[in-house]
Amino acid sequence: MDKTQNNKAWFLVLPVLLLVAFSAVLPLMTVVNYAFNDTFGQNEFFWEGLGWFEDMVSSERLHDALGRQILFSGIILAIQVPLGIFIALNMPKKGFWSSLVLILMALPLLIPFNVVGTIWQIFGRVDIGLLGHTLAAMGVDYNYTNDALDAWITLVVMDVWHWTSLVALLCYAGLQSIPQAYYQAAKIDQATRWSIFRYIELPKMKGVLLIAVLLRFMDSFMIYTEPFVLTGGGPGNSTTFLSIDLAKMATGQFDLGPAAAFSLMYFCVILLISWVFYTVMTNLDREENR
Amino acid sequence: MQSRSSAVVMTIYLLFLLIPIYWLINMSLKTNTEITSTFSLWPQTFTLQNYVTILTDPSWYMGYVNSLIYVTLNVVISLTVALPAAYAFSRYNFMGDKHLFFWLLTNRMAPPAVFALPFFQLYSSVGLFDTHIAIALAHCLFNVPLAVWILEGFMRGVPKEIDETAYIDGYSFPKFFVKIFMPLIASGIGVAAFFCFMFSWVELLLSRTLATVNAKSIAATMTRTVSASGMDWGVLAAAGVLTIVPGALVIYFVRNYIAKGFALGRV
Repeated sequence: MDKTQNNKAWFLVLPVLLLVAFSAVLPLMTVVNYAFNDTFGQNEFFWEGLGWFEDMVSSERLHDALGRQILFSGIILAIQVPLGIFIALNMPKKGFWSSLVLILMALPLLIPFNVVGTIWQIFGRVDIGLLGHTLAAMGVDYNYTNDALDAWITLVVMDVWHWTSLVALLCYAGLQSIPQAYYQAAKIDQATRWSIFRYIELPKMKGVLLIAVLLRFMDSFMIYTEPFVLTGGGPGNSTTFLSIDLAKMATGQFDLGPAAAFSLMYFCVILLISWVFYTVMTNLDREENR
Repeated sequence: MQSRSSAVVMTIYLLFLLIPIYWLINMSLKTNTEITSTFSLWPQTFTLQNYVTILTDPSWYMGYVNSLIYVTLNVVISLTVALPAAYAFSRYNFMGDKHLFFWLLTNRMAPPAVFALPFFQLYSSVGLFDTHIAIALAHCLFNVPLAVWILEGFMRGVPKEIDETAYIDGYSFPKFFVKIFMPLIASGIGVAAFFCFMFSWVELLLSRTLATVNAKSIAATMTRTVSASGMDWGVLAAAGVLTIVPGALVIYFVRNYIAKGFALGRV
């Protein structure tokens, strides 16, 4: 749609601007303040310059957490996106079953993060959980509190359980918007199931799919509550992701300076990657419309 | 043939989704001694004691009340400010609109862990600490951008001729917006409200940081169920089940909007 040029539209955006400025810019400025200063309380600050940043960039601990974070987000995307598409293709298209499936699938999305953690904490325990008990009965040596690999698998399965529905629902929405005529044309051309998917469904889903990837990337990169409840970052440090490490530093040890410097860099990394996604997304859009 | 394999896939997937939830419900109906001593697929000694504990103890049930208050506040605030802004983004070009839009989205991408401490200090200094409105405002950080994003997608689908016709018919902008435009994007508002509700309801880190007593959320209450006699698994499970209920109710009410809304809009 062609839009009119009108700078008065700023007035309509103003409330959002003020609100977000209050809840985003002010806190961010506080973080910046901490990042460049050292404080001993009582609002006394000493200029620290880039000291905290240098500390953080060369910190082993941060490198490890970042590595784990990237690995985790990568695994999550690699599983959830194809699985989500697959589920969406199999969802009933209309009628009673469609509503029922939609409701049931949306259910995990509405469970508070810490309850998700609790559910899987209980579910995976060898003594009282169905999963842990069954695996133990089958002779699998499974214990997510002691074994790093088991903890990882549990976390990944939990996240797949929690969020695949979101990807599937988005893809489903994309699929619903394809006119029937496309399928009829494909039938006349005797297209195979694969080529229908490749040349009709996938291009039509591209928009929502990119949103899904973006949302899943951002959220998995910021994951905090679920691993915090499930494993507490352990065993050892094996599931300590960036957010957990940050919260430990800021509210556990009150190392405000390093934590703030870390926050800013963390934010920048997310921003950078999201910007790349966003640009690719809008460029694809433009090529599509040409 | 095609539909039968689909049904199999969906059944397996839904089982995968529902079994952990079933296990939680199962545990919530057991006594603690049964949970720790025997292993069974359904409760042997059926009890509602865990639910009674929660519904009669103010320190438990006030958690639900507080959560519902700040979530509702948040949904109202988010939608009120997001509606005009989304209209502006969908209808007009103005100076810096693209940058502004991306800047808004970046707030959705900000890790809450980054903001927890500054929020704490900011709200303490203006005297809002431990109030419902503080948590509602804090959650606006990620809900307002999301609401703008969703609503903009829906509004773009409404032809501009409708606006113009309404102005020719003598409608003022506010009257047009409320009387004509909002009913047209009702499903979009439903979807946006659903997502705002969802993200505010499930968030733990900020709500835990910003409240200690008066506005303490259920999620924060749940993090301390370790009593003197060890973990109180039954009560924990019952509390978990009760947190799923409001979500399930919301989904039930917006289910038609969701189906329609998902199909129309971009989210």
